[in-house]
Amino acid sequence: MSSDTLYEKVFGRHVVDVLPTGQYQIFIGFQPLHDVTTSPAFEMVKEANGKVAYPQLNIATADHMVPTTSMARPFSDPKAEALMDALERNARQYGIEFLGPESGKQGIVHIIGPERGLTQPGITIACGDSHTSTHGAFGALAFGIGTTQVRYVLETQTLAVDRLKVRQIHFKGELSKGVYAKDVILYTISQLGVGGGKGFAYEYGGSIVDKMTMEERMTICNMSIEGGALVGYVNPDNTTFDYLRGRERAPRGEAFERAVKYWKSIASEPNAQYDDTVVFQGKEIEPTVTWGINPGHAIGISQRMPELSKILDESERKSAEKAYAHMKLTQGELICGTPIDVAFIGSCTNGRLSDLEAASQVLKGRKVADSVVLLVVPGSYEVKRQAEELGLDRIFTEAGAQWRGAGCSMCLGMNPDKLTGYQMSASSSNRNFIGRQGSPNGRTLLMSPAMVAAAAVEGRVTDVRQYLR
Amino acid sequence: MAIDDLDVLKISGTAIPIPGSDMDTDQIAPADSMTELAYSKASMLPYLFRDARKKDPNHPLNNPNYEGASIMVVGRNFGAGSSRETAPQAIMSYGISALVGESFATIFEGNCREIGMPAVTASHDIIEELMELTVREPKTIYTLDILSKTLSWSEGTYRPIELPESTKITLMHGNVLQMLKNNHPKIAPVANSLPYINGFE
Repeated sequence: MSSDTLYEKVFGRHVVDVLPTGQYQIFIGFQPLHDVTTSPAFEMVKEANGKVAYPQLNIATADHMVPTTSMARPFSDPKAEALMDALERNARQYGIEFLGPESGKQGIVHIIGPERGLTQPGITIACGDSHTSTHGAFGALAFGIGTTQVRYVLETQTLAVDRLKVRQIHFKGELSKGVYAKDVILYTISQLGVGGGKGFAYEYGGSIVDKMTMEERMTICNMSIEGGALVGYVNPDNTTFDYLRGRERAPRGEAFERAVKYWKSIASEPNAQYDDTVVFQGKEIEPTVTWGINPGHAIGISQRMPELSKILDESERKSAEKAYAHMKLTQGELICGTPIDVAFIGSCTNGRLSDLEAASQVLKGRKVADSVVLLVVPGSYEVKRQAEELGLDRIFTEAGAQWRGAGCSMCLGMNPDKLTGYQMSASSSNRNFIGRQGSPNGRTLLMSPAMVAAAAVEGRVTDVRQYLR
Repeated sequence: MAIDDLDVLKISGTAIPIPGSDMDTDQIAPADSMTELAYSKASMLPYLFRDARKKDPNHPLNNPNYEGASIMVVGRNFGAGSSRETAPQAIMSYGISALVGESFATIFEGNCREIGMPAVTASHDIIEELMELTVREPKTIYTLDILSKTLSWSEGTYRPIELPESTKITLMHGNVLQMLKNNHPKIAPVANSLPYINGFE
C-alpha cells in the first residue's frame, strides 16, 4: 500500500469520518458548478427542502451549452437558455458566486479555476464533470462526480469515497521538438489502456514533467480519466507557486508565503511508497494521433494502424473492429495523410493560451485548406483577451479560421458547434467516442493543437514537425 | 436487518445483453440527455443508447424479447468517459435493477451505487456464458443475490459475482446523504483545520 504520497497526505487531512459503508467521508474544499449536470442536483435539494452548507466554496460558470458565436440572450437554443436561466436562479437563491457573461470571467470550469487562482495545491475539488482531474496539475486532489453526488456536496460539502491506490508514472529524458503534453498523455493511455487506471490515482513526475509549464501539466492531468484513473496529479513545485503568485484568488503577501509552506508540506516524500510505478522514455514519444473510438486507440504519426490479426486480446480486437467500421479507416495503413473536413482547437484539454500560441506558430502566414473548416475556441474569456492582446486572433482569421467566444464548443456536441454526417474531425479535445462531436456518424481524430493546425493547412493528417524546422 | 432490506439485495428477472468493451457514457446516453432540468423515467428513457438503436434494427434494445428485463449484462470497462449520471439514470428508466459486467469505470460505478442500481462484476468466462445464454434463451429468469454474491438461473446453476462492500452496504442502508449529514458536528472542525479555508490567515 502506498504511503507518504501527496494523495495520502491530502486525503488524510480531509477525512471527516469512516462511514458505515466502509468508505471515507471527506471534506471538499472547492466545487465548481456548470450549466449541465447541476440543475437536477439543485432540484433534488429543493424537493427535500435542503440547504447549501458552504455556498462560498462553490462557484458557478457556464460552458457546456453556451454558443461560441454570441452570448446575447436569450440563446437561440431554448434548452440552453433554460439551463442558463436555471443556473443563474439557483446561484442567486443559494448565494453562490456566478462567473457569468457580465463578469468577463466566464469560461470552461477547468480553465477558470486555475486562471483565477481558485485551484491550489493541497485542496480537494469535486465537480460534476469527469475532467475535474485537470486541477490535479497543482497537486490538488480533484475528481469528477455524478449529479447525486453534486447534491451531497451542496448539502454537506462532503462526499463518501473509497481510498485509491497510487501509481507513479515517471517520464524520463526529454521530449523532441513538435512533441507536446497532449502527445505524452495520448501515448500514456495507449500504453496503459483506457481502463488501466481503474482504482488508481496517477502521480505524474520525472524530468519531463518537472520542466513542463502549468498549462502542459493541466493537459496531462486532464486526460487521466481517459486512462480510467479518477485522479491524476503532479507534485507542486516552484513552477506551481510562480503560476499562482498574484492570481486573483490566490493568497497575497505573507499569507502567500504561509501557503507555500503548506503546499510544500503536502508533496510526496522522496521515499514515498507507491502501489505501482511505470517508467516511460521521452524519446519513445512522437506526435500522436488516435485512429479509433477511444483515446487508447492512439499511435505515433509514423506508425501504421494495427492489424486485427495481431491484436491478441479478444475484447481489444472486437473494439478495434468496431472502431474501423465506424471510422472507415483501413487496418495496416498509415494514419498520416487521412483527409479531414473539420478542425477544432480548444476544450479543457487544449484551450489555454499556450495551446493557441502553438497552433498560431503553424498557421502564421499559411492558409487553411479550402476543404476544411477550422474553429479556434479559447477556453475562457480571459484566454480570449490575452490571445487578442498578442494578435493571435488575427493570425487565425487571416489563415481562414473562425475565431470564437469561450466554451466547450465542439468537444461534446451539446451546443451549436457540431459535426454533421460522416465528417472527419482533427480535434485537440479529449474524446473520440462515437457520436461525441454531435453527429452519430461523425469521426474524431485526437491530436495536439499544433497537429490540428497542420492538418487544417494540409487538409489531411500531417506530421507537424516538418512545419517547425 | 429488516426484511425489506433483504428484498433490495435479491433481484430476479430476465436479462438483456449489451456486448462490447469500453462502452462509454456518450453511447449510453448522448450529450442531449444532459439538457434535461430534472431526471425522471419519462425524460431519461428516450436517450438510452439512442444513436445505436437508430442505426441498428437488431440492437438488443429494439428486440421485444428483452422488454421487461431487470438485469443488464455488459462487457469490460462499461461506463467509461463522461461522469454524466444520465447514463445510469437512462438504464434504470428501462426497468433495470442491476448490471452484471466484466468491469465498470469508476465514476459510472459510483453513480450506479448512489442511485441504488448495483453494478456487480463476474469473470470474463461467466460474462461470455451470460452473453450467449441471454441471446439463445432470452426468457431465462435470473436471480442476483447480493448477500451470497451469486447469480443463479435454473436449478443448481450458481455463478460467483463480486461487488464493492460499499455498494452492498449502501444498498442496505439506502441513504448516503443521511450518513453524511449525521456527521454534521464533525464537518466544521475538519474544515477549520484546513489552512486554505481561512485564507492562510
